[in-house]
Amino acid sequence: MTALALDGLRVRYGAVDAVRGLSLEVRPGEIVGLIGPNGAGKSSTLNAVMGSAPVVGGEIRLGGASLRGRRPEDVARAGIALVPEGRRIFAELSVEENLRLGLAARRTPGGIESVLDFFPVVAEFRHRPAGALSGGQQQQLAIARALVAEPDVLLLDEPSLGLAPRLVDVVFDALAAIRERGVAVLLVEQRAQRTVALADRTHVLSNGELRLTLGPEDADDTEKLVAAYFA
Amino acid sequence: MTVTWQTLADALSLGGIYALMAVGIGLVFGVLRLVNFAYGQLIMAGAYAIAYASVWGWPSWAGILLCFGVVLALSVLLDRLVFRPLRTHSPAVMLVATFAIAFLLQSIAVLSFGQLGTVASTLGPLNQPWDIGGVEIRKIAIVSIVIAAVCLALLQLLLTRTSVGLQMRAAAMDFRTARMLGVRANRVIGGAVLISGLLAAISAFMLTARNPQVTPIFALDDTIIVLAGVVLGGLNRPIPATLGGFTIGFASGILGGGLPTNQSQYLPTFLFGAVILVLLVRPNGLFARGGSEERL
Repeated sequence: MTALALDGLRVRYGAVDAVRGLSLEVRPGEIVGLIGPNGAGKSSTLNAVMGSAPVVGGEIRLGGASLRGRRPEDVARAGIALVPEGRRIFAELSVEENLRLGLAARRTPGGIESVLDFFPVVAEFRHRPAGALSGGQQQQLAIARALVAEPDVLLLDEPSLGLAPRLVDVVFDALAAIRERGVAVLLVEQRAQRTVALADRTHVLSNGELRLTLGPEDADDTEKLVAAYFA
Repeated sequence: MTVTWQTLADALSLGGIYALMAVGIGLVFGVLRLVNFAYGQLIMAGAYAIAYASVWGWPSWAGILLCFGVVLALSVLLDRLVFRPLRTHSPAVMLVATFAIAFLLQSIAVLSFGQLGTVASTLGPLNQPWDIGGVEIRKIAIVSIVIAAVCLALLQLLLTRTSVGLQMRAAAMDFRTARMLGVRANRVIGGAVLISGLLAAISAFMLTARNPQVTPIFALDDTIIVLAGVVLGGLNRPIPATLGGFTIGFASGILGGGLPTNQSQYLPTFLFGAVILVLLVRPNGLFARGGSEERL
């Protein structure tokens, strides 16, 4: 069964086509990577799924139901959570308040405790202002805030951006653990090799189009990765 | 300049009313990035409701209820008919729209009730003095201070202890991200407009008790001063906006009560001069955190 399906998705900003006929699927318990150079259409794809980018063609389905034309809050409440680029945590609110905001999209009763076990750092600093956390801690908070909603699909937009290598490991380990929970993950990343190694499939986008699909076995094939990236 | 206990009580009272008006304006600005210039006219409509209830011989509590009904109904209509359809347009469009609403409501008042105004006589007893330890202080001053303190405490509880309050604060910081998290835009904006209307109704009651002569320009000067106070405190967050409103109201009350009669016409000059000086030193507002935003 497919959790998230894009079928011929087209996104356009004014006269510029950002995504041109992209089709892909993400099943529960699967990580699908999206890599490509800047301006390839990766973030536009995530924003289109969330209802905040202008979709001019194609279809977006969550568990078979169309999401096209729905407002961001309705998409979130339908079961899709986004970890946005740059984390976009609420710096003036406490860590706990940031997590409680994630409950807005939760479809079943429950609190924030389930994610506190998952991210001990977030639990440790739950009463601190979120702006006082380090970059890595803020990234963990952003992922934890998305997971509080218990989404069927988790979208991540460059979660390792600006993080030290040790913290990148923490984030990628967390993604592997999230996959084990049965969540469908669509991961946009610039770290191509790490993404290809982690993901069940990785699509290479260029100029808004899907150019190539790689599997984990391609992670060590540097020549293939470089060729795919600059095709 | 001499400051009496009555002047001090009046200044605290005016500070409290302006704080409520400031938070009403600040809440809507937080979620819509819109300065609602029609806020004073909402208060004017509420004041007319109290005045006409008085003319019709209704008891004061019925007039106050009518005031709440009129102001809340106008607030909801404003949200549904103006704010919601124009929400996706530029802030300039919405700003001009609130100017238009302000002139429309004022013109309706002129055409319907005339320029001379109506007196809300049922609230007259609130202007009688209370003897507190040998010092005579108008009842409305004490009532306003208590009501403002209770309202601000309740508002603080709402904003910090409830999920809708948390969502309002988050929306004021970053509405786009809040929506991505599932925060319903209509619910948050509707809630902010409703609370803002509620505060306008309370302010209408207290301003009418202080000044029972209700005219089409009722609360206009107060709103302009409060807008300056909101900017003085910090427009982006409810608490700095509230403090700004209180500060300018208190300063206005002290100066208004303390200045000799032949110099009272200089009151706005002193107030706005002080606001300009403060903003030159702290462009983000007197009570706002963080550095100034680069504009050019």
